[in-house]
Amino acid sequence: MSECKHCETRGARLIAWIDERFPLLKVWNEHLAKYYAPKNFNFWYFFGSFALLVLVNQIVTGIWLTMNYKPDARLAFDSVEAIMRDFNWGWLIRYMHSTGASMFFIVIYLHMFRGMMYGSYKKPRELVWLLGMSLYVALMAEAFMGYLLPWGQMSYWGANVIVSLFSAIPVIGEDLATWIRGDFLISDVTLNRFFSFHVIAVPLVIVFLVFLHIVALHKVGSNNPDGIEIKEKKDENGVPLDGIPFHPYYTVKDLFGATVFLAVCAWIVFYAPEFGGYFLEKPNFIPADPLKTPEHIAPVWYFTPYYSILRAIPSKFGGMLAMFLAIFILFFLPWLDRCPVKSIRYRGNIYRIALALFVVSFLALGYLGTIPPTPTAAFFGVLFTFIYFGFFVLMPIYTRLEVTRPVPERLTMPKPLLEREGWFWDLVRQAISCFHKAPWFTKVTAQWQKIRTFMENNKYLRHFL
Amino acid sequence: MKSILYLVLLLTPLWAAAELGAPLQQPNIEVTDTASVRRGLELYVDRCLGCHSLKHLRYRRLQRDLRLSDEEIKALFPHLERIVGTMTTAMDPEDAARWFGVAAPDLSERIRALGADWLYTYLRSFYKDETRPFGVNNWLFPDVAMPHVLWDLQGEQEAVTAQLGDTVVIQKLELVERGKLSPQEYDKALTDLVNFLAYAAEPAQLERRRIGPYVLLFLFLLALVTYRLKKAYWKDVH
Repeated sequence: MSECKHCETRGARLIAWIDERFPLLKVWNEHLAKYYAPKNFNFWYFFGSFALLVLVNQIVTGIWLTMNYKPDARLAFDSVEAIMRDFNWGWLIRYMHSTGASMFFIVIYLHMFRGMMYGSYKKPRELVWLLGMSLYVALMAEAFMGYLLPWGQMSYWGANVIVSLFSAIPVIGEDLATWIRGDFLISDVTLNRFFSFHVIAVPLVIVFLVFLHIVALHKVGSNNPDGIEIKEKKDENGVPLDGIPFHPYYTVKDLFGATVFLAVCAWIVFYAPEFGGYFLEKPNFIPADPLKTPEHIAPVWYFTPYYSILRAIPSKFGGMLAMFLAIFILFFLPWLDRCPVKSIRYRGNIYRIALALFVVSFLALGYLGTIPPTPTAAFFGVLFTFIYFGFFVLMPIYTRLEVTRPVPERLTMPKPLLEREGWFWDLVRQAISCFHKAPWFTKVTAQWQKIRTFMENNKYLRHFL
Repeated sequence: MKSILYLVLLLTPLWAAAELGAPLQQPNIEVTDTASVRRGLELYVDRCLGCHSLKHLRYRRLQRDLRLSDEEIKALFPHLERIVGTMTTAMDPEDAARWFGVAAPDLSERIRALGADWLYTYLRSFYKDETRPFGVNNWLFPDVAMPHVLWDLQGEQEAVTAQLGDTVVIQKLELVERGKLSPQEYDKALTDLVNFLAYAAEPAQLERRRIGPYVLLFLFLLALVTYRLKKAYWKDVH
């Protein structure tokens, strides 16, 4: 910006001044205004930006919670109650934080599933996947340690169960568990160190990993539902033909998505903050009592798939190994998958079925982890654990056998709902036609029609139609 | 897709096994019904506060949320010199443990864990049992240490039992001697009490349910605007 003396506005002069000292425009262009993203992102591509939004929410609400929370075994529970009752808007901040924690995992699971559907972990995006997986592990550590802080019965006993897993390691186990707790049982010492990790150590790691995740992504460019590289087809200016600048196209799109997402979160925060005992577990409203073990100890819903895997293995040490393996095996996905085609749209039926089985087993394991262990539940736990690991272990074999479909040269734009083919969209259309027949639907559409005509006749509201 | 549905249908009944014990009843509670919450508060102060504290609930908060005057608060809590502090109880936990075998739990914590349905059913499930120290047992919470503090209102119930193999199971409870209140009046009084405790467990619900609609309306309108903005920016992308 050497021509700054011709700059007309003060704002532009300020930017020029900064730009001589800091690569402001360069960063802005490289990561937003001239970062070209594929133009055919669908619903599944919202979750990356939602994850960032939830992270900001967690940090901001976390700062305010830390102002009034007391990391002391005798005061912790009461200080949370005080936040919920005595401090202005404390309940809102706490519910935003607790709902945010669960929403974080929902968003991250969908984000990872998107990656598995469209092959976003494949060459050249292996590092994006590895950094993302590291983020996931850091997030789990963050959630696990944060869950101890309210010092309720589930906080205490959940932490107790997980930390005591380490004692199953031969030879060093007991000492390791004691080292983690800082005591012979979960105590004030444990609470203090978990607090320290939860509010500063792990968040720093997460923020740094998010930075690396995005830098790595912007180096290789975003994948897309067709799984083809837009950088291979460029115009004379070197701009990908099927790319559009992230800003303003995806910033406005994500803005809309974020509003809808926030509406869903707001509904939970204001009307169902416990979410039926899944986001805030009922026994956690009773203060931790080291002398009274709850009848049924279950982790929060986002850990239950791994908890089921832990329970599926009869030996404690074996269960612990299986649980950690279930998480770490995901790191190897880019090398386990031998199929050259990225997107599920053009991959063979074998992978589609395998992925569907994997999703079913993950959800089923998640459900099984929330219920008490009965013989039937145990049987299905073992069955779905086999499917879970089978998906990864057999992957090098079945992905080689895949009969893939031809991959198009250029991106395909999403078709309107009515023109989409396949049994799934037939089902969706049938469901919609069922809605159309329902009497309440006609009532609602009649109301909407009234609002529409009113808006059409109003000179300001007209622009919103 | 279909196979998943079938799988779910097939698996559900296996885990939905019925548990022995009193079936949970659902009271028709509404915490925004201030009159009912106030009646519940009166009953609570009269019958429960002697043992069960509400240590997280402040008198000022109670006064504000239930719109009670200073005089009304003074009438309910004559021992209060100034309206400060939280609803504690005069009973020493150590004494309680000596007298009842266990200290009475604080209900501003416990009720949120147990739920309104549980409490309502519990207070309707006392029955005559001469083997217990207070002459009553509870169907929902067998061998509970608590006496039936509302017995004169409800009257006496007896268990109708049946032999199931070697064990005797309770089938239902029958009112054998009427109390001061008719069964309908008793249920209504219980509903008020449960309503008050549901409020005391989470006073913030009054606030969040009041604010909720405005937040959702705002986000809905914002979504309309941002949707139009997105459409406007994207009209040249094909």
